[in-house]
Amino acid sequence: MYDIKALYEAENVPHAIQLLQEHPEAQIIAGGSDVLVQMREGKRAGKELVSIYMIDDLRGVSYEEDGAIRIGSLTSFSHITRDPIIQKHINVLGEAVDMVGGPQIRNIGTIGGNTCNGVTSADSASTLHAWDAIVELTGPNGIRRIPIKDFYIKAGKVDLQPAELQTAIIIPKAAYEGYQGHYIKYAMRNAMDIATTGCSVNVKLSADKKIFEDVRIAYGVAGPVPMRAPSAEAKAKGKAVSSATVKEFAQAVLDDIHPRDSWRAAKDFRQHIAVVLAERALKESIRLAGGEIDG
Amino acid sequence: MANQQYKLVSCIINGKPVEKMIDVRASLTDMLRDDYRLTSVKKGCEVGECGACNVIINGECFNSCIYLAVWAEGKEILTLEGLAGPNGEISDIQQAFIDEAAVQCGFCSPGFIMSAVEILEAKREFSDDEIRKLMSGHLCRCTGYENIFRAVKKTMLRRLGKNKEADAV
Repeated sequence: MYDIKALYEAENVPHAIQLLQEHPEAQIIAGGSDVLVQMREGKRAGKELVSIYMIDDLRGVSYEEDGAIRIGSLTSFSHITRDPIIQKHINVLGEAVDMVGGPQIRNIGTIGGNTCNGVTSADSASTLHAWDAIVELTGPNGIRRIPIKDFYIKAGKVDLQPAELQTAIIIPKAAYEGYQGHYIKYAMRNAMDIATTGCSVNVKLSADKKIFEDVRIAYGVAGPVPMRAPSAEAKAKGKAVSSATVKEFAQAVLDDIHPRDSWRAAKDFRQHIAVVLAERALKESIRLAGGEIDG
Repeated sequence: MANQQYKLVSCIINGKPVEKMIDVRASLTDMLRDDYRLTSVKKGCEVGECGACNVIINGECFNSCIYLAVWAEGKEILTLEGLAGPNGEISDIQQAFIDEAAVQCGFCSPGFIMSAVEILEAKREFSDDEIRKLMSGHLCRCTGYENIFRAVKKTMLRRLGKNKEADAV
């Protein structure tokens, strides 16, 4: 038995909003792999819950009219990994969420929950940052869409207004077309572990594969919230695809990230692996994009 | 508790349609064990880490300890008890666990076996790395994992008609 004060089950999105308005103290529960565990630990014990888990409209991946990819917030990690649209355009997201927890966790965990809990180590978050994802929030005043970087306010805190819930994550067509990316999770175990640092890189190369038309990089656990590394991106954008550019790019991430000492790893170590991961993830992205680098 | 909250939950458990009034605070583990006496579903960590409570819901594996019982509404649930034949015979994967000495205290076995069932139901040959990854959501503190891995691999190969390869594992 969980120490739940009351459970309200939403049948659809408007019903969920209504329940959240009626019970302003209630916590939203999606898949529950964070909320229920925290409840068990005592952190959220005795709380009211609004369950949105049964709202099937919030599941699945589809195209929007303008070609953007729409991921329903309740889509589980394993369904994202297996989805043909994801595999075709943004396979790295499927690979990244395939590193969350273990198989059973990936069947219950949702991409909406992974982002709404606001933790920096979420395996989906760095890739979503690196692909300019848009977060769709639905509340009493309608729908608003905000860039994912604005969604994260501080550790554990996201921009969810009262009675609002996240309904989708959108990757605009301009953000995915022509890009190839790679994610590396650095952790102590191969399963059931939280990233010491996670790094997601993607590139768009010129037609002759010689120039970086665009390079994007984002980290988890390099600061209190997932973050991009704009200084590093500026070092590579428009430059020749070469090992010198890759090195310069990787070193520049240190200007942007600010990891901390924690019981998982020391700050110095995180800085070191951030550089190594940037280099490796960029090299792999170049390879996936059909490019080659000297030496 | 002054205002206990119950809900009628209808689902199919091991092929049989059932319904009962369930306390909304119950996990699916609580419901399966306490209301349906399916005690193969073990209470281990109860925070979704050890996999001892693993069951198959609509064809996918879930840790029932972090799954609310009310979410079982309309779902098809399979527990280890559902693997038994018409006269209570054990299944091939259970026999393989015995043959390979993949069972010692037995606490993790039902969970492991249900993950193995999901692999076997896919009816295709997985690589060693894939099997290890698909079985990675479970902890075993007795046998180590090699015997369990062999039991799963052998059964997978046998079901695919590759008896010679299975014997060589």
